Amino acid sequence: MFRKIFAIWAGDSALVISVMLMTIFGIAMIYSAGVLNVPNPVTEGAWIRQSSWFVISIVVFTLVGCISVRWFEWAAFPLYGLSLILLFTTLLIGTGSGTASGVKSFIDLGIISFQPSEFAKLTTILALARYLATRPESPSTFRALITPSIIVGIPLGLVILQPDLGTALAFMGILFFTLYWAGAPIGLLAFLMSPAVALVLSYNNRIWALFFMIVLGSLYLYRYRLFLVESLAIVIANLAAGIIASPLWDSLAEYQQNRILVFLDPSVDPRGAGYHIIQSMVAIGSGGVRGKGFTDGTQKKLDFVPEQHTDFIFSVIGEELGFLGTGLALLFFCFILYRLVKIAEKSTDPFSGLVIFGILGSWLIHIFVNVGMTVGMVPVTGIPLPFVSYGGTFLLMSWIAVGITARVTYEE
Amino acid sequence: MIVIVIGVLLVQFFRVQVLRSSDYKLRSESNRLRPLSVHAPRGTVFDRYGNVIADNVPGYAVYVLRESKESTREVLNKLRPHLELSDEKINSLMENMRRHQPLLVDTDVDFSAISVLEEQREYFPGLYIEMRPKRRYHGEAVAHTIGYVSEISAEELNSPRFAEYKQGLLVGKVGIERQYEERLQGRQGIRYLEVDANGRIVGSLSGIEEDPGQPGEDLRLTLDLSLIEWIHQIFPDSLPGAVVALDPADGSVLALYSAPTFDPNIFVGGISPESWEAINSDPHNPLLNRTVMGLYPPASTWKLAAAGIALDLGVVGPHEEMPIPCNGGLSYGGEYRSCWLPSGHGSLALAGAIAQSCNVYFYQLGMRIGLDRMLESGTKIGFAEQCGIDLPQESFGIFPSERAFWERRFGYRPLEGEVLSLAIGQGPNSQTPVKMAQFYMALARNGSAPAPHILDDRDPVEGWRLNISNESIDQLREGMRQVTAPDGTAHYWASLEHWDIIGKTGSGQNVQDPERPHAWFSSMAGPWDGDPEIVVVVIVELGISGATMAAPIAAKTADFYLRRKYGIPVDTIQTLAEHIEAGRPTPWARW
Repeated sequence: MFRKIFAIWAGDSALVISVMLMTIFGIAMIYSAGVLNVPNPVTEGAWIRQSSWFVISIVVFTLVGCISVRWFEWAAFPLYGLSLILLFTTLLIGTGSGTASGVKSFIDLGIISFQPSEFAKLTTILALARYLATRPESPSTFRALITPSIIVGIPLGLVILQPDLGTALAFMGILFFTLYWAGAPIGLLAFLMSPAVALVLSYNNRIWALFFMIVLGSLYLYRYRLFLVESLAIVIANLAAGIIASPLWDSLAEYQQNRILVFLDPSVDPRGAGYHIIQSMVAIGSGGVRGKGFTDGTQKKLDFVPEQHTDFIFSVIGEELGFLGTGLALLFFCFILYRLVKIAEKSTDPFSGLVIFGILGSWLIHIFVNVGMTVGMVPVTGIPLPFVSYGGTFLLMSWIAVGITARVTYEE
Repeated sequence: MIVIVIGVLLVQFFRVQVLRSSDYKLRSESNRLRPLSVHAPRGTVFDRYGNVIADNVPGYAVYVLRESKESTREVLNKLRPHLELSDEKINSLMENMRRHQPLLVDTDVDFSAISVLEEQREYFPGLYIEMRPKRRYHGEAVAHTIGYVSEISAEELNSPRFAEYKQGLLVGKVGIERQYEERLQGRQGIRYLEVDANGRIVGSLSGIEEDPGQPGEDLRLTLDLSLIEWIHQIFPDSLPGAVVALDPADGSVLALYSAPTFDPNIFVGGISPESWEAINSDPHNPLLNRTVMGLYPPASTWKLAAAGIALDLGVVGPHEEMPIPCNGGLSYGGEYRSCWLPSGHGSLALAGAIAQSCNVYFYQLGMRIGLDRMLESGTKIGFAEQCGIDLPQESFGIFPSERAFWERRFGYRPLEGEVLSLAIGQGPNSQTPVKMAQFYMALARNGSAPAPHILDDRDPVEGWRLNISNESIDQLREGMRQVTAPDGTAHYWASLEHWDIIGKTGSGQNVQDPERPHAWFSSMAGPWDGDPEIVVVVIVELGISGATMAAPIAAKTADFYLRRKYGIPVDTIQTLAEHIEAGRPTPWARW
């Protein structure tokens, strides 16, 4: 038994140690984020709560490692179904948390509150992998992409309804990377994603028109590999995206509209929505190469950086540890993702590789969106940084994912 | 793919943290730091003996620092009962509010209100209390001369003189405070308050160096504060007027006193509307500094100027009698001009004419001088100018500098006969008390007169000089001596036990009340058989008699100064009249 646990732990020791270091680093930064000039009881004790979650995560990680990958494959659809039910429930009885209190993303269980969308991400990965693993051939046609899109589309839609744009983006990352590992041509995937891009770009008619031309041009080059119906569908989807953008825009909550507007130009509203981006950039920029020193960030201490123990933890890293800190952290993430690719490559069965690529897609989106928003590259979407941001469910789910990869390694 | 994504992030972080770091560092400072002026204390002003005329005491200013207009207004409303804020005051404060800058609510809050605010600090977010020196003036006797400070006005801010001044600064408005504003002011320092994202003041900043500023320069004046207070005490309460005392040795000003006076402390920290109303509705206009701003017809006191000019021009000898004796008047140009004494003074030389103030003598003197030369010489001595004292707001004397003056002012060409009026101190001639004092100072010296000065270390400003002999000066003084000598008009009222006081009375006709002329007494005093050591000019508006009203004030002023100078105990019974009335023996009196 202990041997087995040891073997699981040591399966891909580089990954497990990296992730563990990252979590400890995260706890240290959460501690620092609580060192304020005007103490705030919520952020002050956050590092202790995160540490407890870390302990729980290690235990769960070990347990997950003891479960065969086959069981996950078997349980994929039931778990997926369960998560959809939870997401529905969340929409009905969900509560917000912290500053995002208008958003229904938590289920309050009394002692702890739980975020079903995090659970749903994992189960969607499993369900998608299960589906794709059973297909006899790679999804090289547009039609073959429909079912995977639906599998991801349902939870994605439910998450958007919460509304939680960041997590929705993560679902798209999962879909993209899993399909890529399943062998779908990049071009096809690009076409699949194009309506979403068109939707974003439609804020400016000319840019949207330009993008639409590019899509049309690409379709022409691709004409021999697509059915006419498929091409038409892509064109229509892109057109539709441009058309529904406006009513969709109106249906967005005001704070979401603001976030997107402000991303395009933070100075639009420097005291309101642009505030987060500006203050975060000021914090990171003022850190310079070497930073102001651990716990000594003035922007952070004076509470200028918003959500600094959760979504904006990276700006605390930037301010206090400088470019050395942010660069090192990014390289660490790069290494973790690289290990995932290696594990997937070595895996002997399609399901394992697909699951790992789903996890990779999810994490990459999280890293890019979270880190990107702190320096104004991506709209503020409220998405946590894996292992570093404060947040129990997300940490636990991330460690469960690590557990699955460890098991995959072990089974090799 | 992974490498691209992470690479893009790395590049962006490199741009923000390495390439543009200095920009963001600056912004992170301005983000959290709010500059606040450090008020350096204004220079202390001393009199010639080192007594304090103006200094500073600890005062308290209250600031509010909030990020939004609404929260600022909220705090102001909470402060309302403690700082007596009216709606108008709050509205005007809100207009002054600028983002990221502490809003100055009140510059002069008393200690009891401050203690209340300190106790309930939590209740007033963004409240910042600053110790700042507060100006204090010692007594109201010297109010006009020292002036006062108050907040710089919008006009002043736009003027080149105050180009480097900032809003909210206290500046000298009048008097010495205004004259030597730049030296007294010092330099404001700067300090930074550290605030958090909610605008809460976290504390005074460590890290960035604060600039304590530079205290203003202390100034030593030539004034004698005790003397001025003495004058304040003896000056008749109900009558406006002015006293100027100069030291003829160097032209330094010993005393300037203008009645009625005011308490300059009421202006510190902003004058209350009630006080402003009271001081403005006073018919005697207490804010008017009569010593340098008041213009009065000099009347007979100007006869010495006419005599000085005649001697300077050499048109009369010191002992020469005029050809026409005074028999009560003189015909000139078909017009009969009377002397004030209808029975006439007979034949008089200069000293006698001054003592008797004989118009007929001075008419003839005026004819000898001639109108053009009278205008030229009078202008040369500066009767159409300021005397150049180091105080702002000094009035220009009114005196015709050329014949065209009459055409401009009255619309007619002057006849030669105008010189007769001028010679007896009438006609278009109005002077400030300080100008008259400067002229008499020349007679207390050798005929030259520097500009009177109040600042002790001021380089002497060359005035003008009458080219007259010592013998002539002796005769002029002899004329004044006869005024206070036995049988002189001011003998009983102005004679002193220890000092030789000499002077000239005057009755300035005025439009306020034709029955009651302004009472002048221009005098000088010193030890017997010595040169005069103090020049005192007194004017009492509507005082009627120079001899009985103005002369005692001049005598008591000179006596007080000289007694202290020579170590003789000061006594309130000073003049001959006071001795007689008090029943004191007067073995020293000459009869």
